[in-house]
Amino acid sequence: MHHKKITWLLVTILFTFQLGAQDSSLLKMINDSMSIHEKSMLVTGTFKANHVINMQTVEGPAAGALNLMIQHRFGKLNDGIYDFFGLDNAGWRLGFDYGISNRLVVGVGRSSFQKTYDGYLKYKMLRQTEGIKQVPVTVSILGTISNYTLRQPDKPYLTAAYRTAYTAQLLIARKFGSRFSAQLTPTYLHYNLVPTAADKNDIFAVAAGARMKITKRMSINAEYNYLPAGQVVSAKVNDCFSLGWDIETGGHVFQLVFSNSQSMIETQYITQTNGQWTKGDIYFGFNVSRNFNVSKKAKAGMLH
Amino acid sequence: MHVHIMQKMLLLTVFLAASVIAQAQLYMTRTGTISFFSKTALEDIQAENNQVYAVIDAGKKNLAFTLLMKGFIFRKELMQEHFNENYVESDKYPKANFTGMFTGDFTPAKDGLYHVIVKGSLTIHNTTRRIEQPATFELIKGRISGRADFKVRPEDYNISIPSIVRDKISGELTVHVRVDCKITR
Repeated sequence: MHHKKITWLLVTILFTFQLGAQDSSLLKMINDSMSIHEKSMLVTGTFKANHVINMQTVEGPAAGALNLMIQHRFGKLNDGIYDFFGLDNAGWRLGFDYGISNRLVVGVGRSSFQKTYDGYLKYKMLRQTEGIKQVPVTVSILGTISNYTLRQPDKPYLTAAYRTAYTAQLLIARKFGSRFSAQLTPTYLHYNLVPTAADKNDIFAVAAGARMKITKRMSINAEYNYLPAGQVVSAKVNDCFSLGWDIETGGHVFQLVFSNSQSMIETQYITQTNGQWTKGDIYFGFNVSRNFNVSKKAKAGMLH
Repeated sequence: MHVHIMQKMLLLTVFLAASVIAQAQLYMTRTGTISFFSKTALEDIQAENNQVYAVIDAGKKNLAFTLLMKGFIFRKELMQEHFNENYVESDKYPKANFTGMFTGDFTPAKDGLYHVIVKGSLTIHNTTRRIEQPATFELIKGRISGRADFKVRPEDYNISIPSIVRDKISGELTVHVRVDCKITR
């Protein structure tokens, strides 16, 4: 009786082992096949939003989608209790970004700072991939134009052309794993009119930004805009440095930001930042973006 | 006493030998389709993966599936990004797979439509659960068309859905499997 039980137990165990071995060998076979036939996959989600803080990211709305941007910068924290640490003063920008295709984005906006209108085109030239063919970075090219309309009765010579400035930026970003992404942004700016002859009309700068995901839907961002000396001469300006905290919920991304610049467009925050972090010239603010699927295709969810 | 043991050993050897000798008859595909669907009053969610790798061993009655989570194409791009970044975390857990066996009166010798029961382990988001589901295998001239429909609960695979969007996603997602496997050897 004893023998009989042991034998059948042995049979069962050996039989089950055999089955188990077959199970995992089938899986191994298709996993090996997958490695051999590996295709490259596009890296997505390099940044959750279209801005790091002030700087634009390589991301944009999908084809047929509209992104509404509400950006707010309060006054300086060192304004003190009377101005409630800057909350009494506010500058804002309202913007719309539209995905013409999955690579091309067009946007317009209006800022309260100097009553400035801005527009841009952003094109994703190269997309990062992983897998068999690895493209290391996503690269977008961004061109912006700005025009400030604040009336200056003491300067009647300010024509529309003189109030206009342009930027061209190369946005080079890489997603390093699931948590960390970084972007380098060489920038060229052109001002049709500058305050003095010593100031340059053509300015070069470089910015760097990064985000670190702390949870699936939250990240901490940082951004530094370096403006080499000798270009903006007639005023004392500082490099714009900003920190942000992103919170994403559904179709919204909320970004809480701290920056030494109150303005939010390239032609202003890169070259016209007076604030200094060490003095407490810190502007608290937020960016809110909301995604809407506008075109029939985007609404119906057609595959592009 | 000897004789009994010998008989049993013989039986055991024959048994094992038989299962080894049972010819591996492998049917494979690299372009199987798995789609899932969720419908609520607030939103419809639908995604499809057309690069599913599947293998069915008709002789030993085993099967295995594997796929890349990033291969699920959604109707809405932002949904696809959220699926990958927030829900299934495909950067951390790139693949989902299934290994198991099937029972039923399926025989590779005769073409026809067979109803089988598939049993095995499904792994999604690094979480494995045993499942048992009916499926149909249609055998025609060296091809097996496998079809199955079943339900999956995201919470079962540790996919957390925040309460703010909970009503947008059905508690149970309907999964459709359609694989057309060709005989390989």
